[in-house]
Amino acid sequence: MQRCGSPPELKHWHLRCVWFLTLVALWPVSAWAHVESGQAGGLLSGMVHPVSGLDHVLAMLAVGLWGAQLGAPAVWVLPVAFPMVMALGGMMGLMGLGLSGVEVGIATSAMALGTMVLLEARPPLWLATVLVGFFAIFHGHAHGTELPEDASGLLYSMGFVIATGLLHACGIAIGLLHRWPAGRVALRCGGAMAAATGVRFLWRALG
Amino acid sequence: MKRAVYPLSLAWLLLSTAQAQAHLVTTGLGPFYDGISHVLLSPDELLGVTGLALLAGQGGVRCSRLLLWTLPVAWMLGGLLGLHQSAAVSLPVVSSLALIVIGALVACDWRVQAAVVISLAGMFGALHGYGNGTVAAQSTLGMTGLLGISATIFVLVALLAAFTVSLRPLWTRAAVRVAGSWIAAIGLLLTGWALR
Repeated sequence: MQRCGSPPELKHWHLRCVWFLTLVALWPVSAWAHVESGQAGGLLSGMVHPVSGLDHVLAMLAVGLWGAQLGAPAVWVLPVAFPMVMALGGMMGLMGLGLSGVEVGIATSAMALGTMVLLEARPPLWLATVLVGFFAIFHGHAHGTELPEDASGLLYSMGFVIATGLLHACGIAIGLLHRWPAGRVALRCGGAMAAATGVRFLWRALG
Repeated sequence: MKRAVYPLSLAWLLLSTAQAQAHLVTTGLGPFYDGISHVLLSPDELLGVTGLALLAGQGGVRCSRLLLWTLPVAWMLGGLLGLHQSAAVSLPVVSSLALIVIGALVACDWRVQAAVVISLAGMFGALHGYGNGTVAAQSTLGMTGLLGISATIFVLVALLAAFTVSLRPLWTRAAVRVAGSWIAAIGLLLTGWALR
């Protein structure tokens, strides 16, 4: 029985199949089989919200980066504290409880956490947790007040907590560069960029 | 002759099929599978069951074994009570508060005593089972659907608690705590949603 092509060609064909299937799987239209009104919208709205603003993304990545720099137990304590306190802020936003200076707080969080990464600051664990928690309230409040009217509450909440957690995980993964001297420098540069961007956001928020 | 037995048996099986019973309504098993899919498609119940299973897994083998029977039985008993109600009942605030408590306990990893875990599970199961029972009474789910729900919970608890008990590296236990914090966070947001 004749073989179907030589081994390298077969391998190439397999790779093409894998790429094609990956493209099909990622093609958004193929996933929208039945979108019950409000359900998928709620989950996707929730997942998209934390990544929709650079200020949110920078702060959450910075939490992961800083946790990775501090090492255990901060590497998981900070990503545990942030979503929980953020959800508390979200609850306040949902209930209509006011919080002044939300945009300033969010901008300051990027600046402050970026600075912590830049300086490789090593405060006591409780202080680092309090700092992260303090800024998390502002982020949560913003998410809670900005939710779409027709979103499903449960799915929106799940989406936004999961997306936040995944951003922290990305920060921690990038923070693994800390093991190498060049990686430490790269992380500090990243912290500097986050802090500088935070200053720009703060300028706009105050302006 | 011996070698022909297998292909002959296979041919006989293929040629002598009865109806495939594709429509479950005629078999009476439809509500059972409706019960299974109800749990798998109810994120609030799934989160609570997951949280309790993680909590029991953190508590060890004995705690997990106790939860394995307590939660489905409490759910079933709550469901049987609910079957006799005339209107569907849901308690979103109580349900979300339960998620906060369960998630926070998992996040803290305090090795809570088995009695506390079982009490929480009993209350959670009875509450949600009651809610499911009131819905089952108004629909075609009935007792069979409740059995499907309890069976699914039994399987989920078995898998998740056993998985958690088996975790050894420290980072995996940290991951469980992170999962608990997510459950608590979702509970907080749901509470806000229910009270808005």
